[in-house]
Amino acid sequence: MSARPEAVVETVRIEVDGIALEVPKNSMIIEATDRAGIDIPRFCYHPKLSIAANCRMCLVDVEKAPKPLPACATPVMDGMKVYTRSRRAIDAQHGVMEFLLINHPLDCPICDQGGECELQDLAMGYGRSVSRFTERKRVVQDKNVGPLIQTDMTRCIHCTRCIRFLEEIAGTSEMGGVGRGDRLEIGTCIERSIDSELSGNIIDLCPVGALTNKPFRYSARAWELTARPSAAMHDGLGSSLYYHVRGGQVMRAVPREDEATNEAWLADRDRYSHFGLYAGDRVRVPHVRDDGEWREATWDEAMARAAGALRAVVSEHGGEALGVLMSPSAANEEYFLAQKLARALGCGNIDHRLRELDFTDDPARPCVPQFAMPIAQMEAADAVLLVGSNVRHEAPILGHRVRKAWRAGATVSAVNPLDWDFHFDLAHKLIVAPQRLVDELAAIASALASDGGAAVPDALAERVGAAQPDAVHRAIAEQLRQSDKGLVLLGHMAQGHFLASWIRQLSGWIAAASGAALNVLAHGGNSVGAWLAGAVPHRGPAGAAVAPGLNARAMLAEPRRGYLLWGFEPDFDTANPALAHSALAGAEHVVAVASFATSSIADVAEVILPLAPWPETEGSMVNVDGAWSELHPAGRLTGEARPGWKILRRLGAELGLEGFGQIDIGDVRREMPTEPQPEFKPISVAALPPPPAAAGLYRAGEVPAFSLDPLCRRADALQETAHAQSAFVALHPDDAGRLGCEQGDAVNVSQDGAMVSLPLRVSTRVPAGTAWVRSATCATRVLGDGSGPIAVEAG
Amino acid sequence: MQAVTRYLRSLMLLELLRGLSVTLRYFFRPKFTVRYPEEKTPKSNRFRGLHALRRYPNGEERCIACKLCEAVCPALAITIESTQREDGTRRTTRYDIDLFKCIYCGFCEESCPVDSIVETDIHEFHMEQRSESIVTKPQLLAIGDRFEAQIAANRERDAAYR
Repeated sequence: MSARPEAVVETVRIEVDGIALEVPKNSMIIEATDRAGIDIPRFCYHPKLSIAANCRMCLVDVEKAPKPLPACATPVMDGMKVYTRSRRAIDAQHGVMEFLLINHPLDCPICDQGGECELQDLAMGYGRSVSRFTERKRVVQDKNVGPLIQTDMTRCIHCTRCIRFLEEIAGTSEMGGVGRGDRLEIGTCIERSIDSELSGNIIDLCPVGALTNKPFRYSARAWELTARPSAAMHDGLGSSLYYHVRGGQVMRAVPREDEATNEAWLADRDRYSHFGLYAGDRVRVPHVRDDGEWREATWDEAMARAAGALRAVVSEHGGEALGVLMSPSAANEEYFLAQKLARALGCGNIDHRLRELDFTDDPARPCVPQFAMPIAQMEAADAVLLVGSNVRHEAPILGHRVRKAWRAGATVSAVNPLDWDFHFDLAHKLIVAPQRLVDELAAIASALASDGGAAVPDALAERVGAAQPDAVHRAIAEQLRQSDKGLVLLGHMAQGHFLASWIRQLSGWIAAASGAALNVLAHGGNSVGAWLAGAVPHRGPAGAAVAPGLNARAMLAEPRRGYLLWGFEPDFDTANPALAHSALAGAEHVVAVASFATSSIADVAEVILPLAPWPETEGSMVNVDGAWSELHPAGRLTGEARPGWKILRRLGAELGLEGFGQIDIGDVRREMPTEPQPEFKPISVAALPPPPAAAGLYRAGEVPAFSLDPLCRRADALQETAHAQSAFVALHPDDAGRLGCEQGDAVNVSQDGAMVSLPLRVSTRVPAGTAWVRSATCATRVLGDGSGPIAVEAG
Repeated sequence: MQAVTRYLRSLMLLELLRGLSVTLRYFFRPKFTVRYPEEKTPKSNRFRGLHALRRYPNGEERCIACKLCEAVCPALAITIESTQREDGTRRTTRYDIDLFKCIYCGFCEESCPVDSIVETDIHEFHMEQRSESIVTKPQLLAIGDRFEAQIAANRERDAAYR
């Protein structure tokens, strides 16, 4: 269960239905019977939630007890004799079931839970065939709780699992009960949506059809669906899930229990993103462009064109003139074959870190940047420092682990450019403008260096020496130093920062000097896999030495003659959409391999090859722990889309390259490294870029949780949630006052010559000197760097 | 001796005459055969023939897309796709029955919680193309609309025995 070392457990002996059991002291009867495989009916009990004992379905007969006792709330005692099938137990369960069914509507035929309903199942065993209740059943008005969850509150049996989940796990307490007895109503108290990033889990928890999956509503029955195991490729954790498939079409996603990553939960992004699979702009057949006009083509023709384009670039201008940009959520095999193809063409320009800006410390990065403290152990951390991380939305499951650590007593602090609403309390927080993040970290490092004594590396020494730590910096340093299991967690805002190398190196030193672990959460679903497979410009597979090429930023800043784009949208998935557009538009040849064709691809490419996105493809991914997950094709391939490795193999063969004759994916995998080189030694960097003068406004270009990749941007239900709101610029009241603007005013936001008009929000969650302008959104796709200077003027 | 008598008897064609007497007797009795299709034999109220989808008296289709008929069908003859209609109710977008697969067992109507899918007593139907064996939702509803009186009457007569 938990990653903590199991202490020696005291046990007691009990007897259940005549079977002798030895169970841990203080455990509940139901835990003992579950472990022994003895079935006790239940509704409100859930092993991951607190015990409520309010459904009474698990009543069992305990010897010498005057009446039946709830198995979920009765601790075991030595010599206890429990009878789960005795007359008295069965009678009690029958009685409870009759009461539960009094007010439960008999609408199973139109209920989406029908066929997978715990109440339906147990009513078969414990219900009467004819109801004795002839009075009117109660009716409860439905609540609208947002675009993800459908409510039918008349069906509710008040098990309170949803309330307990939102309070204990999601930490938002968005649901509650109002009234008593048969007037008890579960809901959001006031009419509002449930906005937790883990909200979809209450659908799985609900034992009846009161809470069901809204976008999935009425579209299939449980018995028609085939469960296909897969992993979610949004946040690098690779949450285990099942895709439920009917007729080759992915209908819904449900969590697959995996204690190492997502336990029994699934983030909303992972649960609902697949609804984008069948979006209208999905590329179903290969397309080629003749004289500016797009037309459909056969694979043979499109492949010949793609190979011809790449060959033309390489033969006319050399391999260096080609740039290979890949989505950070591709499969390992795709990364491996792509880098093999690029390097065979003499091109070292391959990168997947599209949202990053600063790569100066690349040689100093570890062989594969995986978590130093595995996900499962994070809940045992006793001090956590978040750096540029909205962990709750970047990786909801990781946020849950941090919350678990906080509930267990860990102190959590944050150095962030925005004051995000976390589901844990921050012991210390430094909410500073993006350009000041480095200074704050330097001050923490300085506090550690002055009291601790570890030597600061040369590259950092000057900055750390100049920093003036105050009480908060010292407190954070102290908190990390005194912890046994400290953790420094770098998030997306740190990775996408224009001084990311400073942040990484300082955080790394802080972690090393305080004995804490450093976890770096990169953008995308399979960044670790990309590093391992060699889809980075400075290292080959497993850290092998290669002639260094250009990184994602340099490939666009110094435009190439030709590009190969893999599985992303240039105007949404790059750190600087304006730069990406101009570089691609100026290129002679652009070959795009994509699942979805947006105008940003159609405007610049000459061939579009349909790529199967991960719910339809075969491959593997490596999560932040370094654990491999197999991606099995769940849905049928849409149109003529093909798995990425097949496209690359064909492209390699078409180009006449050696080593592209793989027959199946196993052949590709056998060529690939599975582990980072154990003897790999990063080279420390001598100097980091000088920080710019911290004047003017800087952009905090946070990527909205549901705009992370092409798939979730197309999931309508996710885009209707409050989190998807993106057309705004938020400023600190002081900055807004200086502009003379108020909340709601239209202001002009400009970056690198491009300007958009956005409504202003005034918020104290934004520090002074910061403009919160979200990235990866329709409104801001003409702007420049997600992190960098920005100008805001009254409109 | 016995063998000789049997032999002689056989020469008298007694069996043939006995058989012909049966023929003669039936020749003068009233006939069983009916002059189909002008004349028809009576059918049970429970006769299971061509399928139909029924409506409520207000014109609303009964089917709520619970898919129990699809699940219970032993011949996998029913295909249903469902969705949420604009008014929020659960409805089918597709309801196909393959009459070649169907074995007319009647489980679909047994399982229907709203008496929507029924088997009428129509047994005289044909098709000229293979593809016509699949009857679609509009066709099934049209059959139901056309024969509703007959379907309702059969159900009422049978109600006492259910």
